Amino acid sequence: MSKFNKKRGKSKPAISTASLPDIIFMLLFFFMVVTVMRDSTLKVAVNVPAATELTKLEKKSLVNFLYIGKPQEQYQAQYGTSPRLQLGDKISAIDDIPLFLEEHRAGVPEKQRTGITSSLKVDGDVTMGLVTDIKTELRKANQLKINYSAKVKTE
Amino acid sequence: MAKERLSNEINAGSMADIAFLLLIFFLVTTTIDVDKGVLVKLPPWSEEPPETLTLNKRNVFSVLVNADNALLVRGEPAEVGDLRERAREFIRNPENRPDLAEKPEKAIISLRNDRGTKYSTYLEVYNELKAAYRELREDEAQKKYQKSYEFLPRDKKKEINSIIPLVLSEAEPTDFGAE
Repeated sequence: MSKFNKKRGKSKPAISTASLPDIIFMLLFFFMVVTVMRDSTLKVAVNVPAATELTKLEKKSLVNFLYIGKPQEQYQAQYGTSPRLQLGDKISAIDDIPLFLEEHRAGVPEKQRTGITSSLKVDGDVTMGLVTDIKTELRKANQLKINYSAKVKTE
Repeated sequence: MAKERLSNEINAGSMADIAFLLLIFFLVTTTIDVDKGVLVKLPPWSEEPPETLTLNKRNVFSVLVNADNALLVRGEPAEVGDLRERAREFIRNPENRPDLAEKPEKAIISLRNDRGTKYSTYLEVYNELKAAYRELREDEAQKKYQKSYEFLPRDKKKEINSIIPLVLSEAEPTDFGAE
């Protein structure tokens, strides 16, 4: 025991904080890399259903998002209360899908274009009529890889 | 002049504060949750009406969902909860029953919904059918290689996929219910 007491009594070395910025920078870079900023504000209310057979969407740059749901309250005067489709950050008609897909496709390197996935974020209460019309439009535009966005089901 | 020359070192003491500020900003804006979902491959579009195939009735597992979100499986009302088990039994047909699929390669699941069906019901049904296939493939992988399907190399996955191919045909929806 006396061994420890001796050392403690002699000096009070201050902890060096010189490496603190480096540690913080390391954390900073980590978060900078993993951050995905939300690129579009949602104008429709989307609450996706839960499922078990889920696949992760790996490459964000290869994914385009189609939101389907009822317009949110502040937009209901303008767009009504029946479910609508949102492409990018505006509520659109189904006819706008080919142009939307083409715009996204143009920004993807040619080699990776076969991997483009459309993520359908559909509210659980939407009826299949609108969803089917959108699926048909996607098929016409030759966008066949789609992903029904869903939450993880906890049983 | 002499005084200025002495202090030619930048004070790095506030560096940590600046880094902290940035760190907190990124912490707040980060959304770690990756997008997950049920992956589906749609059939290519063609203007011509599809060929009418005559299929043996025993090989078709028809699932109909109406506008009231009720299920009709092979002509009888059913519950979503039983769907997975029934689909598995249909595809595997362990007892070689004459009314179930001849073999897994020939089994076809036909899904049809109404335009008034709720999306959540549709996805639930789709999820159950996909789960049935996943479980069957998992069983096959365990039987053949004593390994989970997930950890098999790509060529062995393909082999199992060809034994139990996922054939899920979606017909044009009916239009009886109100949207």
